[in-house]
Order: sequence, then C-alpha cells, then structure tokens
Amino acid sequence: MTIEVRNIVKKFGDFAALDNVSLKVGDGELLALLGPSGSGKTTLLRIIAGLDWPEAGEVTIDGEDALGRGASERHVGFVFQHYALFRHMTVFENVAFGLRVQPRAIRKDEKAIRARVKDLLDLVQLDWLSDRYPSQLSGGQRQRIALARALAIEPRILLLDEPFGALDAKVRKELRQWLRSLHQEIHVTSIFVTHDQEEALEVANRVVVMDKGRIEQIGTPGEVYDNPATAFVHGFIGESIVLPVDVSDGAVRLGGRPLNIAANGAAPGASKLFVRRHDMQIGPAGGGSLEGAVRRVRSFGPIQRAEVTLADSEGKTVIEIDAPRDRELQAGEIISLEPRRYRIFAAHD
Amino acid sequence: MSLQSNLAPSTTQLRAYAPTADLNVASPPQQRQKVRPHTAASKRDLRTEPRPIRSLIVALALIFLTVFVVLPLVVVFASAFSRGVSAYFAALAEPEALSAIQLTLLIAAISVGLNLVFGVIAAWAISKFDFAGKTFLITLIDLPFSVSPVISGLVFVLLFGAQGFFGPWLQAHNIHILFAVPGMALATIFVTFPFVARALIPLMQEQGTQEEEAAISLGASGLQTFFRVTLPNIKWGLLYGVLLCNARAMGEFGAVSVVSGHIRNETNTMPLLVEILYNEYQFVASFAIASLLAMLALITLIVKTILERRLDEGQMVSDD
Ligand SMILES: Nc1ncnc2c1ncn2[C@@H]1O[C@H](COP(=O)(O)OP(=O)(O)OP(=O)(O)O)[C@@H](O)[C@H]1O
Ligand SMILES: [Mg+2]
Repeated sequence: MTIEVRNIVKKFGDFAALDNVSLKVGDGELLALLGPSGSGKTTLLRIIAGLDWPEAGEVTIDGEDALGRGASERHVGFVFQHYALFRHMTVFENVAFGLRVQPRAIRKDEKAIRARVKDLLDLVQLDWLSDRYPSQLSGGQRQRIALARALAIEPRILLLDEPFGALDAKVRKELRQWLRSLHQEIHVTSIFVTHDQEEALEVANRVVVMDKGRIEQIGTPGEVYDNPATAFVHGFIGESIVLPVDVSDGAVRLGGRPLNIAANGAAPGASKLFVRRHDMQIGPAGGGSLEGAVRRVRSFGPIQRAEVTLADSEGKTVIEIDAPRDRELQAGEIISLEPRRYRIFAAHD
Repeated sequence: MSLQSNLAPSTTQLRAYAPTADLNVASPPQQRQKVRPHTAASKRDLRTEPRPIRSLIVALALIFLTVFVVLPLVVVFASAFSRGVSAYFAALAEPEALSAIQLTLLIAAISVGLNLVFGVIAAWAISKFDFAGKTFLITLIDLPFSVSPVISGLVFVLLFGAQGFFGPWLQAHNIHILFAVPGMALATIFVTFPFVARALIPLMQEQGTQEEEAAISLGASGLQTFFRVTLPNIKWGLLYGVLLCNARAMGEFGAVSVVSGHIRNETNTMPLLVEILYNEYQFVASFAIASLLAMLALITLIVKTILERRLDEGQMVSDD
C-alpha cells in the first residue's frame, strides 16, 4: 500500500498547523516523521487516519481518495500517543475489538477471533497478560497491546504516534529494535512519529523532518544527517556548533577575521556556520582558523567533550567539541580549531 | 396553637427530601476524589488546633446535624406510626394514597427516562465536540437549578394555561396539559434536567475522545462506539445521575404543585398529598406517605454512597 499526501493545509483558527505538506510513502516502507513538539506530526497522522480533515489538499491511499471516507472505512491502524486503550476491557477484548465490530457479513466466528487475538498477543509477546486490564499494565506493555489492537484489523497502513514517547531509554531501545524486526516480518506500510532523532535514524528507511507545520527535508537517515537541507535540519539532527559568520567575496569571516575555509558558494551576507562537534580538527595553538582556551573536559566512552572559549570573543562564545581520547586535552590549554566538514546557511533560515 | 407551631416544621420536612439531592450535585464524586489529598492535609492541620476547640467544633457539627437532619426524620417515622402499625398500613392502602403513589411513580418514570436520554445527549455534545454556543448550552443546563421551582411551574402555566401562549390552541383541540399528567411530567422534567447531564459532563470531559477515536479507527460505527466504549465508561456516573434525578423527581413539590391543580385521586403526587392530608389534620396518613419519601431519601443516600465508591475506583483504574 502506498500513501500520498498532497499540499495539505490544516488550520486551527488562524494558526496553520500544517502548511502545504506533501509526502509519498512507498509500499512496505517504514517512514519516520521527525520534528520538535508542536511541529504538526500528530495532526498529519490524524488527517491520514481520518480523525481530522484538512482545509485544503489531498490524501490518497493506494491511489484511492481517502478524504471522502470516514476513519472507520479507511482501514488504517493507529497507535495513539497516549495508548487510548479501552479501560473497561481486558487486554484480550481490547485486541478483539476491531474484529468484533466488523459488519456481520464478514465478521469471523468466535473461535476464529480467539485464535487471531492469541496470534497477535503472541506476536507482541504478551499472551500471558490477556486477562488483565490496561491499568494493570506497564507503559511498554500498554504500548505493545495498542499495537496488537491496531494490527488486529489487518490495516492497510499503520500509523504510530510516538509509540515509545512515555518510556524510559532502555525500554525504548528494546521496543524500537522489536518494532524494526516486526516490520520486517509483516511489512505493512508504516509512518512512525517521534521527536527523538536517534530513534528515527535507527528505525526508519526514510526520514521526514518537519518544523512549524512544514516539511524541511525528506531523505534516508544518511542523507539527512550528512547533507542537511536547511539550517533547522542541521541543528535538529545531531548536535551542531553554530557560529555567526559573514560571507563576502568568497571568504568567510568570524568577527571580522577571515577563516581558513571556502564559502562553497554560500550567498554573501550574514550567515551561520554549522559544524558537527566531532568535525572540529584540533591543533596546537596558532595552527588553525579558530583559537580558544579549553575550559572544562569531560570524558565518557571513546570521546572527550571539551568546552572551549573562543579567543577574540571576549569570553562570550563557548562551544562544545568532541575529541578522540588519544588527543588528551587539559583545562586551560590553548588550542586551535579547524572545521573539517561544515555547512553555511543564510542567517535568517 | 398546635397547628401554627406545627406548620413550620412540616414545610421544612417537605423540603428535606428533595434538597439532599441538590446539595450533592454541586460536588460530583470525580471532583471530590481529586480534592481528597487536600482533605487529608487539612485534617492534619486541624490537629494542630487545641483539643477543646476541636471537640467543640465536632460537637457543634453533631448537634446541628441532629437537630436539622436526624430529628425531622425521627419525627416523620414517629408520627407515621403514632397510632400503630395497622393504622400506618391502612393509611397507605387508601385509594387516594395509592393513586398518589402510582402517579408519582409514573411521573418519575417518564421524567427520569427522558432526562436520561436528554442528559446523555447533552453531556455527549458538550464534552466530545466543539461548537459555537457551547458555553451558552452549559449555562442553560444549569438554569433549572438557579430558578425557583415555583417559577419553573409558572412558566408552564404561562405557556399552556387557558390564557397562556398555547392555551387557546390546546383548548380548541381538547388537549389537556395543565392540571394533568403531561403538565406535571413536563414541570418535573424541567426541574430535574440538570442531574444526569451534570453528573456526566465532568466525567466525559476528563475521559476525552481518545477511546472513541481508537474505536472508530478500528472500524466501529458511531452506535457501536457509543454502546461499546462510551456507555461502559460512563455507566457508574450515569447511574449516579439517574439516582439523584429520580430522588428529585419523586420529591419535587413546588413546580408540580403549581401545574397540578390538586385534583383528588387524579393529579396529586405523594409530596402534594402529604401537604393536603396534613392541612386536613390527617397526621397519620400524611406522615405515612411522608415516611415513604423519607425512606426513598435514605435508600438514595445508601445507593449514592455505593456508587461514589464505584466511581472513585473507576477513576483510579483509569489513571495512567
Ligand atoms: N485541536 C486543536 N486545536 C487547536 N490547536 C491545535 C489542536 N491540535 C493541535 N493544535 C496545534 O497544532 C500544532 C501541531 O500540533 P501537533 O499535535 O500536530 O504537534 P506534534 O508535532 O504532534 O507535537 P508533539 O511532539 O508535542 O506531540 C500545535 O501548535 C498545536 O498547539
Ligand atoms: Mg504529537
């Protein structure tokens, strides 16, 4: 099944929650929708599911217009941000719900329903919980039941709204690997919302980055990380050092001093220089474009993270860089820095 | 002399049945539950008061309750049985009494039934949808609580009376609303309308629309969603509202009195008959019927307590 969203506009009063959003999801794809809180991720999913209607635009599922149909006719599995399990039903009945409300003509008999629910509970590895009520489950268990419930109707597409949002880091990690392998097993076209960039990069084939109701970039995790299309994406995916620079005559200046890097075709004027923390080459004092004093060093795992106060900034600009452990840094040491890889975006982006 | 001094308590007693319900609706159980931690805290605060003051406060509360709640109840039962058990049952077996009991049950059945449906619809609309005029609708629902029941009754007289708005038309078509069951049912419906809606709105608002949305996305129709998801989630709240609505419908005096016309054996409900018999010095008969109403109040209280416990439990289960 494919999903296509074209030029969707959704307003709440005067506020545009979605501003001309277009998106294609291929058959069997697992797409991550990534963006900060309030960027319109849930709103987009709700429109695809038929729980909300846009002011303008089109949604097609497998080439068929979806906006003309209600949510109950779209066969879309929706896993809600806050689970939304039926509190007065047991786990078993929650999962069976979608099967029990089918029109009589196609409804399975009780035995078949039981068998199917059992299969689904096995799939999410929670068959031993079938007689419990949602309130008696842990967050991660509720999440998996919500997923089993959505899968019960054999949805054409699966929408997961921050499925692991409320869980701790360790459980999240387990569940995301589990989701990845589940997807490999059942191959249903899925959109997966998160505001955790690591999660998006790890789970999805492709990533859509949203901000303020607009799509900033669509690409594979590698593309989005290595070639961010906008300043927002660079800042949002992976942590970046951002320095205000000025571009003129192909030269890049920081506080009036030229840096030893090429403008790479960046437009003249006030700009922002983006460098990943680990893309700063460290050298001896006097050996690079930038110079600074190490203020504090913390080491964990294979890296050491140093706070560096840039010279010529009257101590105002402090950046954090990641250096490999083999280049031992000391607090107070004066070092030079050279961006190894960098991007320049216009300042107003 | 005895008549004069007795009249005042009699009206207090009449009022005593219905207002129990009034008082409670102001604090539906789910709100009270949230307040509970504070109550516990304030209890601890109270302990810092010196002992005599604490005892004094408790004693005052007990005396107050005894004088205004327990004593009237005791008086009702004592007077009802003052000539013995057989006189009590004989009074209840009078055709007039039986007719009043029947009429009361009929009117309560009609108004509780209709208000159950209206109340659920109103609460559903208010808590699950956004629309223009929502605040106005909420205010409107509370109107019967803020208007004196007598005025509520008068409104129907103005609408359906001989000189009223629909009066001439009704007369021309020989339809009897005023001084008949339809008018009394209408007045009761009006007065008791807020109970069900009021009990449900906070509950449904708190539950939100998530579960309904989940049901719809799983392919359920609107009706399936209502009966399988919404209704089970609100059932204890609904019962609570129905219970209070029923207590008030059976005990309503003011509004019904205005539209009833007091036709013997025809348009007298139990509360109306209590007053009539009382005014005719038939104390045993009067208090026998009053005792039925008092029992209704007691049963209502007990069931209400059970339901509140259920609601609190439901609340806790739903907390995630
Ligand atoms: N029913 C509504 N009425 C008014 N504004 C709304 C409504 N629903 C969403 N919004 C607004 O639309 C914007 C997008 O909301 P949305 O829920 O899609 O964000 P999100 O990307 O899912 O955020 P989060 O990561 O916090 O879940 C927000 O600014 C929100 O305030
Ligand atoms: Mg969201």
